[in-house]
Amino acid sequence: MLHRPQTLDAALALLSAGDAVILAGGTDIYPALRDRPPPAEMVDLSGITGLRGIGREGDSWRIGAATTWTEILHADLPPLFDGLKLAAREVGSVQIQNAGTVAGNICNASPAADGVPAFLALEAQIEVQGPGGTRCMAVEDFIRGPRMTRLDRSELVTAIYVPDSPGQGAFLKLGARKYLVISIAMVGAVVLAEGDRIAKARVAVGSCSPVACRLRDLETALAGISARDIAKAVSAAPLPELVPIGDVRATSHYRSDAARTLITRTLLQAMEARNVA
Amino acid sequence: MSLDAPGCRISFTLNGTEVSADSPATARLSQVLREKVGAKDVKVGCDAGDCGACTVLLDGAPVCACLTAAGQAEGRRIETQAGLVARDPHGRHLARAFQRHHAAQCGICTPGMMVSAVALLRSGGALTEQVVEDALGGVLCRCTGYRSIIAAVLDTADRPAETEGGVGAVIERIDGWAKVSGAEQFGDDVSPADALTLRVIRSPFHRAAFRFGDLDEFRDAAGLALILTAADVPGENRFGVIPGFEDQPVFASDETRFKGEAVAAVVGRPDLLDAMPDFPVSWSELPSNLAPDLAVAAPLLHADRAGNVMCRGYVARGNAKAALEGAAHVAAGEFSTGFIEHAYIEPEAASACRVGDRIEVQCCTQAPYMNRDGLARILGVSPDAVRIRPTATGGGFGSKLDLTAQPFVALAAWRLGRPVRVTYSRAESIATSTKRHPSQIRMEIGTDAEGRIVGARFDGSFNTGAYASWGPTVASRVPIHASGPYLTPNYEAKSAGIHTHTAPSGAFRGFGVPQSAVAQEQLYDEMAGKLEMDRLEFRYMNSLAAGQPTVTGQVFEQGVGIRACFEALRPHWQRALREVAACNVSSRPHRRCGVGIAGGWYGCGNTSMSNPSTIRAGITADARICLHQGAVDIGQGSNTVIAQIFAEALGVAVGDIVLIGADTDITPDAGKTSASRQTFISGAAAKLCGEALRRQILRLGNVGGGAKIHLRDGVIELSENGASHSVPLPEANAQGYALEAVESYDPPTTPLDQNGQGAPYAVFGSAAQMAELEVDCELGTVRLVRITAAHDVGRAINPALAQGQIEGGVAQGIGLALMEEFLPGRTENLHDYLIPTIGDVPPISSILIEGGDPHGPYGAKGLGEHCLIPTAPAILNAITHACGARIRDLPATPDRLRAAILSLRNGGGL
Repeated sequence: MLHRPQTLDAALALLSAGDAVILAGGTDIYPALRDRPPPAEMVDLSGITGLRGIGREGDSWRIGAATTWTEILHADLPPLFDGLKLAAREVGSVQIQNAGTVAGNICNASPAADGVPAFLALEAQIEVQGPGGTRCMAVEDFIRGPRMTRLDRSELVTAIYVPDSPGQGAFLKLGARKYLVISIAMVGAVVLAEGDRIAKARVAVGSCSPVACRLRDLETALAGISARDIAKAVSAAPLPELVPIGDVRATSHYRSDAARTLITRTLLQAMEARNVA
Repeated sequence: MSLDAPGCRISFTLNGTEVSADSPATARLSQVLREKVGAKDVKVGCDAGDCGACTVLLDGAPVCACLTAAGQAEGRRIETQAGLVARDPHGRHLARAFQRHHAAQCGICTPGMMVSAVALLRSGGALTEQVVEDALGGVLCRCTGYRSIIAAVLDTADRPAETEGGVGAVIERIDGWAKVSGAEQFGDDVSPADALTLRVIRSPFHRAAFRFGDLDEFRDAAGLALILTAADVPGENRFGVIPGFEDQPVFASDETRFKGEAVAAVVGRPDLLDAMPDFPVSWSELPSNLAPDLAVAAPLLHADRAGNVMCRGYVARGNAKAALEGAAHVAAGEFSTGFIEHAYIEPEAASACRVGDRIEVQCCTQAPYMNRDGLARILGVSPDAVRIRPTATGGGFGSKLDLTAQPFVALAAWRLGRPVRVTYSRAESIATSTKRHPSQIRMEIGTDAEGRIVGARFDGSFNTGAYASWGPTVASRVPIHASGPYLTPNYEAKSAGIHTHTAPSGAFRGFGVPQSAVAQEQLYDEMAGKLEMDRLEFRYMNSLAAGQPTVTGQVFEQGVGIRACFEALRPHWQRALREVAACNVSSRPHRRCGVGIAGGWYGCGNTSMSNPSTIRAGITADARICLHQGAVDIGQGSNTVIAQIFAEALGVAVGDIVLIGADTDITPDAGKTSASRQTFISGAAAKLCGEALRRQILRLGNVGGGAKIHLRDGVIELSENGASHSVPLPEANAQGYALEAVESYDPPTTPLDQNGQGAPYAVFGSAAQMAELEVDCELGTVRLVRITAAHDVGRAINPALAQGQIEGGVAQGIGLALMEEFLPGRTENLHDYLIPTIGDVPPISSILIEGGDPHGPYGAKGLGEHCLIPTAPAILNAITHACGARIRDLPATPDRLRAAILSLRNGGGL
């Protein structure tokens, strides 16, 4: 059975009532079925208008949970979001970007979710609504582990809030082919520069730990250094957060090694983009 | 609002028409479009968003219908390929452009490609290659190498079609409009509406014993029509492709020998199969072996094959040992490649109907007559009682030669007396279909002081998996080809096919030769380095020339084309060397450019075995020319090539020919689509057939050999010396033909002796390719810049089709070199098993060398397999040229290449 509620309240009521599975873009639910039939009961969120779209709310940007990656790509957003837009381009393919949603990407909680490092670097907050009301938490608190979130069965992610701030977003994904590829490693960053120096940077890495993670010690080390010293600073950083596994895509050793290169390049991308702008 | 309430229907607009479907709203939209509203132009390749074949426009935006809930389409607008071509000028122009550019080969990805492209064209933005790649990056193609697709999308201006021309003419694919308009019917598309569905119960372990529960009780409780196991096979419960090696059971009976092997099949209504409880089978996992080097000590897979050795191959000439001991320079190395999955976008599909005491099977296949004979043995009936009606085949590349789904549906339909269908899921297809043999190769080559090859030794072990399939062919072909197309006076090559508990390795474009070329051509580069010789010139100096013996002692006086291939590449090579040198001086230090080269050769047709093709044609009383063309076109273009050859020989226009077949009831045996044999062998038969029919017509009209044949208003008109008259046709025979000709061709070969000496093939084709690329040394990634491919095709019957084969082969070679490796049980989908996407194949320049051949029709040789043989070694050689690291264990994934670069640095190499 497929419920297609038009309002958030109706959706929450349906979720509270039973074992329905949440459906939005379908780009994770259906592949995960493999050869099995679909779940008996699903609640489709794609018809709830309030869950879509991007806009300013006070000091933040609000991105509706069911906003698609294509909508992110075409939205008029400041350079802060350039990394998120680059990530949007790297989500699967045009077909996946047209259907897949930002909250779906986060709730799927894959260590290789393309959107998560960019949202981490944006210090995004996840808005969750349920029978008990509304709560808000940081992305890194929301994702508890691989395929695990703090979302209750009766709750929904309704929006993602990104605090507005100056800064330049950047993103790089490394895979073994051009399109339709699960990353070996990826990096999202936001850099606030002063002249040729990094005033402040936020850096997050995906596919190199059970959950994509912020590199706070590195961020501290980067503050105040010039673009030409970035590579040195990254290679000197211990980066204990990165504990990659080896799998069919790459060895763990390679991931650790490549992640550093990607971090450096992502930071340089941000610095260069700022100069171009 | 909730869909699925009783009596609720899903309504949407499909290609401008309001439709409604009675279906669960949670079902995949792709399934509802295909099964409920007849939109069979929506193809299903993976059910996971990995291939894009099911792309439709939903309110104008491309989405994967397999990832969309049917209910999400309620009230919305859906457009598919067929509708876009019929109703939208962009779609119509695009279809014509796809035809002009030969952008559809097998045609299974074409709907997804075209639908994605229409969305791009409608957007109205400026078109560049990059923009096209971004728009089409979500659709996989395994045939074309993507370049013709990009060209088509960039060239949709309306122009007239090229449909006429004999041998040598670039004409559009004569069966192509169906593919570009959405009308083509593949294996699953023809399933009868009243067919029951079959699903296969498969082993979850690499090796296992098993016991069934009460199957009758289960069948009745689950409402199934039938359960099949080994006990239900009326004939022999085994099949295979090489006489003496028919060792694979339809259903395992004692133990299963690979993960995914069938033990039973259930047949029933699809909704009951979905609701079916766990099948009553209990498994006991048994010790298994997946590694060929441990096979000697492993449990025997087949009691009569000691040491798990399936068979061996051997070729020896001169004294290799002495020659290498006396060589001035020796290069040696060990190389390995993994399982390669064919990854055609159409999974295996078949349906069967019992018609009286005969069984009719519709399926995607490369070998209808072999399928017929194999099924007859399984059913315990005569081959006459089996009819194979091949559908369009959505990619084959070797794996659709073997029986896969056909026995299951044939057995079920035979028993039930009603139609039965099956379509494999992607996971099932990858887990159970044959693979390219993994190889472990040790090779050694030696030259004299001037750089002339004096000898070579080769020892290759090939993992043939649980069953023989085409393993014996690989074992025999490799030693014949492992020298490469070079004069090698002293030579010893051994091969062995080793059984392990994995899916069977079988035929895959090149039958082991791409693997041996990876070893041999990399050693040739190492040797050129030792000699400080230019890598092209070293190869050129050693290339076989007419009159020189191959390693089997065969001497060709004509049609030896490898020198011409290297000559054709020489100016490109010198340009690339200059550009690479300039690039590496100026650019960023971690990005290094390189260029690589490799040669290759391949014998067309079966190895030292008869493999005739027969072509039949008739002229009806009203002067229609019917060509019974049984050389299955799996996208390579035999329908067009055979018709062009036949038309040329008969002296008529291609457009005058009615193409019939393939169908074992109405087309004679044109052999299998394999071994690069259809243009050469079936083409030769078509030429003989056309000539024979021409002789009959000219005799009837009492005119000379130079007379022209015209078909006008149901009569044949002959003109000679300015005069023309019509020919009265005799009464039609029982087949409906006033005139008829049947001709066969079997290439002349001789058996090989105990040292592998003899004439295994009547024709060899050769090739040389060049790869230009850039290595990111920090990440170990490779960006291909250009491939230049020179191919000795003898004569290009249709140059556009030849180019299409080259570009598709190159793309598969790219996959072999850089990303592809099937790991049993781990990469059974198209996101863990990676094939090149549209962004991974660089521009490819094809150079067709037409040196002719004494055997081939109008001098044509085979090409299908040759084109992928040099690609991987050329890329690997370019990588070494760029960064110094040599990858001996494929694929050259970023982690392996980075590790090789680092170990070089640690050794002080860079």
